[in-house]
Amino acid sequence: MSDSATEIDVDQSRMKISDEVAIQITGMHKWYGSFHVLKDINLTVNQGERIVVCGPSGSGKSTLIRCINRLEEHQQGQILVDNVELTNDLKNIDTVRREVGMVFQHFNLFPHLTVLENCTLAPIWVRKMPKSEAEEIGMRFLETVRIPEQADKFPGQLSGGQQQRVAIARSLCMNPRIMLFDEPTSALDPEMIKEVLEVMIHLAEEGMTMICVTHEMGFARKVANRVIFMDQGEIVEQNEPEEFFNNPKSDRTQLFLSQILSH
Amino acid sequence: MSQTDFGETQAVFTPKPDLPPPAITVGIIGWVRGNLLPDWFNGAMTVLALIGLYFVIPPVVNWALLDAHFVGDSRKACKPNVQIVRDQVVTQATMPDGSTMEVTTSADRIVVPEGVVPNVRWERRMVEGVVRGKGREYAKVVVEKDVVIEGACWVFVGVRFDQFIYGFYPKSERWRPTVVIGIGLLMIIYMLTDGLPHRGRVAMFLLIPFPVIAFFMFSGGVMGMPHVDNSKWGGLVLTIIISSVAITGALPLGVALALGRRSQMPIIRWFCIIVIEFFRSVPMITILFMALVVLPLFLPPGTSFDQLLRVLIGVTIFIAAYTAEVVRGGLAALPTGQYEAANALGLGYWKMMRLIILPQALRIMIPAIVSLFIGIFKDTTLVQIVGLNDLLTMVQLAVTDAQWIGLSKEGYFFCGFVFFIFCFSMSRYSMYLERKLHTGH
Ligand SMILES: Nc1ncnc2c1ncn2[C@@H]1O[C@H](COP(=O)(O)OP(=O)(O)OP(=O)(O)O)[C@@H](O)[C@H]1O
Ligand SMILES: [Mg+2]
Repeated sequence: MSDSATEIDVDQSRMKISDEVAIQITGMHKWYGSFHVLKDINLTVNQGERIVVCGPSGSGKSTLIRCINRLEEHQQGQILVDNVELTNDLKNIDTVRREVGMVFQHFNLFPHLTVLENCTLAPIWVRKMPKSEAEEIGMRFLETVRIPEQADKFPGQLSGGQQQRVAIARSLCMNPRIMLFDEPTSALDPEMIKEVLEVMIHLAEEGMTMICVTHEMGFARKVANRVIFMDQGEIVEQNEPEEFFNNPKSDRTQLFLSQILSH
Repeated sequence: MSQTDFGETQAVFTPKPDLPPPAITVGIIGWVRGNLLPDWFNGAMTVLALIGLYFVIPPVVNWALLDAHFVGDSRKACKPNVQIVRDQVVTQATMPDGSTMEVTTSADRIVVPEGVVPNVRWERRMVEGVVRGKGREYAKVVVEKDVVIEGACWVFVGVRFDQFIYGFYPKSERWRPTVVIGIGLLMIIYMLTDGLPHRGRVAMFLLIPFPVIAFFMFSGGVMGMPHVDNSKWGGLVLTIIISSVAITGALPLGVALALGRRSQMPIIRWFCIIVIEFFRSVPMITILFMALVVLPLFLPPGTSFDQLLRVLIGVTIFIAAYTAEVVRGGLAALPTGQYEAANALGLGYWKMMRLIILPQALRIMIPAIVSLFIGIFKDTTLVQIVGLNDLLTMVQLAVTDAQWIGLSKEGYFFCGFVFFIFCFSMSRYSMYLERKLHTGH
C-alpha cells in the first residue's frame, strides 16, 4: 500500500473535536432487495472529527457513507445529521445535502462545464448566490486546492489528481460542515495521490468534520482521530489509529491489516 | 550485461536523412491504390461502381442540364424550333419468314430554317421499325433517321415555381412567408455556427417568440395584413411549416415523455409509456387520419377545429414519441455518477435535469435526433392524404395540368431535388457534429 501521506507534515493543533454531535446513526439497517448490506450500524461523529473507514471490498463502506447524504436510503434505524433526521421528507434531505459535501472515487465532475462553472453551479442554483460572488468563492477554493490557473479549462483537459482536487473545491464551495470521501485516491496514479491527500490534510487542519473511506493507512495514522473497520456490513472495530494499527482486537481486523500492510 | 566493443564508430552517430515515403503511398496513384483498389474485392467494387456511374451520370446530366430548356414562359419554349421533314425512302424489310422485300417508308430529317439557332440537339440513328407488308404480316425495317434528343423542360418548373413554393397563398402577400422563412433560416444558421456570441439567446428567440410572430405573419389579420386562410397555405412553405412546428414541438414534448417514462409515479410513468408505445406502433398515415377523424371526438360538439392544426398536433405527438425513445437512450448513456454528484450538491430533480443531465444527454443525441428530423421532413409529404397542399401535392397538381401534360419527370425531379437539398444539409450538419463530439468535449 502506498503511503504518500507519511511525508506530509500535519499540524494537529487546530484539529479540535467539539462536543457537538455532527452525525448520529443508531440501529441502522439497509437491504438491497433481500441482501442485507448494513447491519445494525451505530456511529456517533462529533463536529471536527476525522474518521477513516476501511474494510474489504463489498463490506458496505460506500453504502454507509452514501446513506449519510441520502444517496442511498436506509430501511431501519435512524440517521441524524446536524440534528436533522433523514426520512423521505425532501426538505430534510435538501437541508442535509447542503451541509454535507461528497467526493467520489471517479470525481464525477460535470464534463460540459468549465472547472469554475463546476464550482459555482451549486452556490448559484442551490444557495441562490449572485454569480460574481459565487465566482469569487469558486476561485478562492480553487486556490485552496492549488489550481486556480485551470479555472477556465474543461475537466477532460485535467489530470486525475487535478480533477479530484476540483471535485473537492466544488464541494467546499457549498460551505459544508461535513465532508464525505469515498476512496478519493484509489482511481489515481501514485504520483497524483499525494497532491490530493495534501488538500485533504489541509481541510482536516482547518477543522473540517470528515468521514473518509480510504486504504491510505499513512493518511489514517496522521490525520484520523478514529479508524473504523467494517466487514460484511458490520462495524467490527473502531479505535484511535495507534491502537487500531498496533493492537487490533478482532481476528478479522488483524487479517485485513496483515493483507493490506503487506502490499 | 556483457561488454561489447563497437570500435571507434561507437560514439559517432550520423543520422541518415529520412527516406521519402514510397511513391506508392503518395500522390494520386497512391490515393487510388489505397482507397479504391486496396484488394481485389474492393477493386472489383470500384470498377462496378464506375460502370454504374457511367450509365447513370451522362444521360442524367445531358437531360437535366445540357439538353434542357431553361428560358421561356410557356410550353412552346421547350418545343424544338427546327423543321422535321419526313422523307420517303425505299429500303429492305425483313418478313417474319426471313424473306426480304422492298418497301417504302418514311424517315425524319431535320432541317434548320434560315436564321434559326436550333434549341435542340439531334442524332442520326439507325431506328428499327415495323411496316405492314402485303397481306397482314408485319415486316421489320431498319431506317436511318434524325432523332431529337430529349431534354428537360425547366420552363415548366419556372412557370409553376411560385406555386410550388407558396401553394395558393395570394400573390400579393407572398412576401410574408418569404420574410418569415428567410429570417428563420438565418437565425438557425446563426445558432448553429460555432463561436458566435449570444447563440443561446437566438435559440430562445427562435423557440418562443418567433413561432408566434411567424403565425401572425402567415395568417395576417393584424397590422393591416389581410387574413390568409390556412387552407391557402401550401407548397414548400407548408412543408417547412409542418416540419418545423413538429420538430420544435416534438423536442420538448419528447423530453417530457422520456422523463415521465422514468418517473417514480406510476400513473405518469404508465401514461407516458402508453403514449410512446402507441404512437410508435402506428404508421404516420393512421395518425393523420386519426387527427382528422378521432381528435374532434374529444372536443366539445360544435367547436370547429382547424384542419392544419389537427394535423400539426398529430404529427408533433408522433415525432415526440420517437424523440422520447432517443432521449431515453441518451439519458441511459450518462454515467450514474453525474446524477449522484448533482444530488450530493443538493440540486433538486428539475435543476439536475436542466443543468447537468439534459445538456449532456442532448449533446450525445443530436446526431440521432437530426436523422429523426430528416425522416420527418420527408414524411410530411403524407399530409396530402388529408388534403393539405404540400410541395409534392403542388407538383402533382401541376403535372396533371393539361397545358403541361407529360412533364411529370421535371416536376418530380425538382421536388426530389428540393428535398435532397434540405435533407442533405441536415445530414452533413449531423456528421459535422458527430466528428466534433468525437474530438471535443
Ligand atoms: N445498487 C446496488 N444494488 C444491489 N447491491 C449493491 C448495490 N450497490 C452495492 N451493492 C452491494 O452491496 C455490497 C456493499 O457495497 P459497497 O459498494 O458499499 O461496498 P464497499 O465496501 O464500498 O466496497 P469497495 O471497496 O469495493 O468499494 C456489495 O456486495 C455490493 O455488491
Ligand atoms: Mg466502495
